[in-house]
Amino acid sequence: MSARNNILKRLRERADGPLTAPTSDFSVVTGRGWSQQERIERFERLITSVHGEVIHTPRASWTMALAQVLEAKGIHRLALGREHPVAAEARVALAGSEVMLIDAGRDVESWQEEQFHATDAGLTSTRGGIAETGSLWLWPTPDEPRLLSLVPPIHIAVLDADKIEDTFFDVIEAHRWADEGMPTNALLISGPSKTADIEQTLAYGVHGPRELVVLVRHNEETG
Amino acid sequence: MSSTMDTDREPVQTFTPREFHRQAHDALGNPQIRANFRRAMDGLMTKRREVFSDWELETLRELGANIRLRALAKLPDLLEQLEANCQANGIKVHWAEDGDEACRIIRQICERHEAKAVIKGKSMVTEEMHLNAHLEAAGIEALESDLGEYLVQLNQQTPSHIIMPAIHLNTDEISEIMHDKTGTERTRDVDIMTAAARAQLRERFMAADVGISGVNFAVAETGTLCLVENEGNGRMTTTVPPVHIAVTGIEKVVEHLRDVAPLYALLTRSATGQHVTTYFNMIGSPRKSGERDGPREVHLVLVDSGRSNIYQDDELLDTLRCIRCGACMNHCPVYTRVGGHTYGTTYPGPIGSILMPHMMGLEETKDLPTASSLCGACGEVCPVKIPIPDLLVRLRREAVGEGRGNVPGAGVKRSKKEVAAWKGFQWLATHPGVWRSSTALAGKLQALMPAKMGPWTDYRTLPKPAKVSLHKLVERHQADQARAEEEQS
Repeated sequence: MSARNNILKRLRERADGPLTAPTSDFSVVTGRGWSQQERIERFERLITSVHGEVIHTPRASWTMALAQVLEAKGIHRLALGREHPVAAEARVALAGSEVMLIDAGRDVESWQEEQFHATDAGLTSTRGGIAETGSLWLWPTPDEPRLLSLVPPIHIAVLDADKIEDTFFDVIEAHRWADEGMPTNALLISGPSKTADIEQTLAYGVHGPRELVVLVRHNEETG
Repeated sequence: MSSTMDTDREPVQTFTPREFHRQAHDALGNPQIRANFRRAMDGLMTKRREVFSDWELETLRELGANIRLRALAKLPDLLEQLEANCQANGIKVHWAEDGDEACRIIRQICERHEAKAVIKGKSMVTEEMHLNAHLEAAGIEALESDLGEYLVQLNQQTPSHIIMPAIHLNTDEISEIMHDKTGTERTRDVDIMTAAARAQLRERFMAADVGISGVNFAVAETGTLCLVENEGNGRMTTTVPPVHIAVTGIEKVVEHLRDVAPLYALLTRSATGQHVTTYFNMIGSPRKSGERDGPREVHLVLVDSGRSNIYQDDELLDTLRCIRCGACMNHCPVYTRVGGHTYGTTYPGPIGSILMPHMMGLEETKDLPTASSLCGACGEVCPVKIPIPDLLVRLRREAVGEGRGNVPGAGVKRSKKEVAAWKGFQWLATHPGVWRSSTALAGKLQALMPAKMGPWTDYRTLPKPAKVSLHKLVERHQADQARAEEEQS
């Protein structure tokens, strides 16, 4: 514990004396005042600018949109949860289809090879979206674990249009992240995995998914 | 992994800050390096300008600087709070006075788990302490997984930029490296190279015993470790192996969770001109009972390495506000021309020149604060408003023993001749009679002036003292005028 005490002691006995902490004005990162329509448009513009795909669907028929995505992309093996309504509804809709449903809610040790090598896509719910940056926010659960949005080559994320908020700051504050306690892992995802490490040329899918498809579900009145 | 040795490849070059001038000379004569950096830095500057265009940039920078200053003002308390909250979440916290101690702590964790293979996410602080070499010496293989770091490691080099480690290499060079070291077919298609690296590294993620990452922001109030990235290797590193070790400098702590929102906005826009990165990964704890993936053990290593010394001084303190975006190097005319390796230090460019003297001492790094034209671009673009040019001047003063003497190696550049010369000049300039007669003498003796005056005249013509000094000319002019006025009246 000596390193700890030495470091803290040096910091506390600062040669030039104690510092005064300023207060911060966060107004520059909040108060955008966008309408729902503006939020949706901005979200779509930003996430598609980094290679994300957005598909709008009425809430009631979203699983049909999902089935179309699976067919269009030739996805035969889809990893997904069981309990979250997104996963549960997808399971009902896809039962009896050609698509093989892979249980994501298992200890990773029991299916790591399968997840890395024999899964075409992962389906996850999201907690919401961020208009300013075109981001999704996810809190992985035992039902939809951390690697489900990372390891399969395609990530399909389901987002409700009315859960898109203006800024990251607004999300942290409105959902009281600091007060309610943070999960094991919280994620913002904005597009598929990418790199520009080879002479600044963009390439997708370097470690995570090559493709990110966002199914934006609209209630009938906003549809 | 197949490997065909290509004897045409140049031997690996090592760089040291002591040899800055020679290395700069070599780099300036290397058109490949100059072209690679020029192209990359121009692109980054343009992208940054565009992405900030619809922002109240100044207000955001003010806020960024303010948040970092607030964190530093409360630093010891925040570190204790971070430690307590991490521990409450099940993260084990370690403290290291320097890089060697941090390396030992990390190695011991690896040894406890009988680790043979470590996979690494991008982390400049582990570059600082040469962790890979330390682990290799203990028989533990440490593999970089960020694509740029992976390429640089394959080429047995160090990163030349803190955000884009392989920026000094072009596509053809990378194709050769991947061919030589991994047997990938030669190609100019970046997608093929990227896919090959993905396949190679995925196997290594699964096989790794420990994942080691850096930290972009450590949040004291929640005990959350935030990682910013595009590739997903950071998420892989912190999720796939059974043990995760996060390593960070003690200055990376912020007070509140909401503090990360503006800092993240500044970081991605300043670094690469992106609105946002693909992933913002917030780690709260190891895998909890019932959870299906993630490491069962998470460690946080807090490293000092000279930071608490920088912390002592009101002016130098600003150095610690840095969020490691690299904008200062992207905009630096010196960095753009000589490239990152020339500096011979972990952090190159302007931030390196104000940080490395504290870590390595001015004996080693005395030339770095002078690797600047003081044009001011670095200070203008810094997202947390670090007055980098002022700090460069301060370190120049420290190097010649004219500062406060609290930087290691202060006074190393002090030369008796130079001090005497300036003293002489001071005496001359404050004694008008002597000044006038000596400038008059210099004018008369101008033919005797040497044509060369050290390196200064390598690329410049030495100015010659005028035959008649300005002072004399003014005197004559005034006398003429007085005479003219007298004649008129």
